[in-house]
Amino acid sequence: MESQKTPLINEKRIRKFLEEGKRFDGRKPEEFREIKIETGVSKNAEGSARVSIGKTEVLVGVKMDVSEPYQDSQDKGNLTTTMELLPLSSPMFEAGPPKIEAIEMGRVIDRFIRESKFINMEKLCIKEGEKVWTVFIDIYSINDDGNLLDAAGIGAIAALKNSKIPKYDKKNEKVIYGELSDESIPLSKEIPLSITIHKIGKNLIVDPSREEEEISETRVTIGSSGELIHSMQKGKKGSLSIKEMSDILDLAEKTYKNIFSKIKKDLK
Amino acid sequence: MTKEFKRPDGRKSDELRPIKAKVGIIPNADGSAMFSFGDTVAIAAVYGPKKMHPQHLQNPTKSTLRCTYNMLSFSVTERIRPGPNRRSMEISKITEWALEPVLMIDEFPNTVIDVYINILQANASTRCAGINAAAMALAHAGIPMKNLVSSVSIGKLDKHLVVDLNKTEEDWEEGDGATDMPITLTADGKITHIQLDGKIEAKQLKEAIEYAKKACKEIHDIQKKALKDVEENI
Amino acid sequence: MNSTNNKESKISARRIATPGEVIVSGGNFLPGEGTEKIGEEILALKYGIVEESNGLVKIISISGVYYPRRGNVVIGMVENITFNGWVIDIETHENAFLSLAEVPRYVNKDEIEDVMNIGDMVVAKIWSINKRGIDLSIKSKGLGKINDGIIIKVNSNKVPRIIGKDGSMVNLIKSETECNITVGQNGLIWIRGEKIENELFAKRAILFVAEKSFIVGLTDEVKKWLEEEKTK
Repeated sequence: MESQKTPLINEKRIRKFLEEGKRFDGRKPEEFREIKIETGVSKNAEGSARVSIGKTEVLVGVKMDVSEPYQDSQDKGNLTTTMELLPLSSPMFEAGPPKIEAIEMGRVIDRFIRESKFINMEKLCIKEGEKVWTVFIDIYSINDDGNLLDAAGIGAIAALKNSKIPKYDKKNEKVIYGELSDESIPLSKEIPLSITIHKIGKNLIVDPSREEEEISETRVTIGSSGELIHSMQKGKKGSLSIKEMSDILDLAEKTYKNIFSKIKKDLK
Repeated sequence: MTKEFKRPDGRKSDELRPIKAKVGIIPNADGSAMFSFGDTVAIAAVYGPKKMHPQHLQNPTKSTLRCTYNMLSFSVTERIRPGPNRRSMEISKITEWALEPVLMIDEFPNTVIDVYINILQANASTRCAGINAAAMALAHAGIPMKNLVSSVSIGKLDKHLVVDLNKTEEDWEEGDGATDMPITLTADGKITHIQLDGKIEAKQLKEAIEYAKKACKEIHDIQKKALKDVEENI
Repeated sequence: MNSTNNKESKISARRIATPGEVIVSGGNFLPGEGTEKIGEEILALKYGIVEESNGLVKIISISGVYYPRRGNVVIGMVENITFNGWVIDIETHENAFLSLAEVPRYVNKDEIEDVMNIGDMVVAKIWSINKRGIDLSIKSKGLGKINDGIIIKVNSNKVPRIIGKDGSMVNLIKSETECNITVGQNGLIWIRGEKIENELFAKRAILFVAEKSFIVGLTDEVKKWLEEEKTK
């Protein structure tokens, strides 16, 4: 398996079919493939999740450590999110330092988690100005069949929900790696979701297949808890009219409700 | 070997941890597999033979086997910063050396066969789990091979030889401490990889290799079964 | 499995072999593709299904990349244009080249892109494999640039099942879905129908065959499936 470029004739068909509101795999424009969530899949992680959307699969793990707080947030914990596009997940990914695609995706998810205030950062403070918890969210692609970004977002939330804080030796000010306390990471009750909407021609779709993702002109990723939007990122080279932007916001809100109802039981 | 020696998890000296093996776990890859020794879980994917770029790295006499081993950041208790490090680079190389002797890749000059190994969860013997997964993935990818290879770690805890070390045993401190010997054998008994750290007399080392032969035969049977189980998956 | 003369076939049907495994020992078997004979034993040299006919034992791959053969009809994408032809990606490890000389009509060097441009798909035949790579031709009937329809990809090892004995399987799908279907040996398949719905129906049918390629009585299963799908 080498090149995965979508043939032009397929692109023509995909666009034409979308004009009629139809997609190749029979889905409606606002329909997601089947989402599967499994938590606690990696025992040495503080929390972990495997998320698949159709054949797309990601593995997310949360690790924690204690360090000094940042200058401008002396009483808050830290968050670091990385995304790795593993070469084993697609013939298009190579081994080596992260390329811009992985870096951008990592930062989109980071912004999503950070701005949603899903993690209560103040509660991660051990000693103001000196010791705070840092939460590391590491996302790995396992198989890319389109829409790694949304799988990553769901995975991050699921892994955080699954996470317990490591035991901390207060006297010696050391983390006891490998031993978890009973305390979960302090999270808000509201579940934020990151949803990406793609524009193909004049049509908007969610959860693109690999081919749809390749040919879309623009994508907008919106992080929200239903009505309140906390983060947004437009990607790719295309542009959007104001009406299209408005339609995207409506579709994002509608999709949030759809997806949330489907996956909330898996996110306990 | 004293039969009364008690391992921390209750296993007999020559007992492997429960093994899980499966092929075809990554749809995009030409071949893929997962292999686990107890809590140590490895996945491997093969892409190739395919064109080798850049051209100056091409080998005109055969395909180039290129292995990349890496551990996920959260696979261990203390987080590993994502990205390669010296240990993963060394293991990548010895994995190549462990696999190449059984590959018949003269028919594909100027190509590369990429094998990617990732450790999802670590409890010692990660390189062995990786090699086992990679061997299955290469077979699954239809690469011509004389044989499969099977890898296991043989340990010496103080004076006692044991098969398939876990982390607790790797960190053994009593008496002589722990000696760890990861070894890879072909199904017809040839050694394609062997490493050692600790201290052991030559006589006991030879005994350890005998234990490896038996353990690798068990592993080989499991690898074969996983490859044959595809029909049931459908 | 066929067995001839009074040789009893020691090989059971549709058995999967793994590298290094003894497929059969004793008897007058000969080592075919993917196998070797050592002493009395025939050993597998790759992973796949064992097939035996007239004493010749071979392994049919069930997974892995496509290995090109002379005479194969393949489907590929134009990757690059040179001064005298097109470099075509047929998803194999060697470069495939279609020279101007292998096009049924005269093509002026200045109009190469007009005939076929980067990103276009083409049905071609492999007429030579040599040190330089693979040489393609579109001189015969049924070959040439693809203008319309959809391209799907399956594992090249499933192609024989998708085509079926004497084309029986692909012809069944063609008639039931009312589409033209050209199956490339490299696993790329071109489907063209009156409506997109027909093309997608054919696509689903082909993927069904690819998925169930192992089972015995596949043709009946496919007929049944096609009937059920049509009533939906």
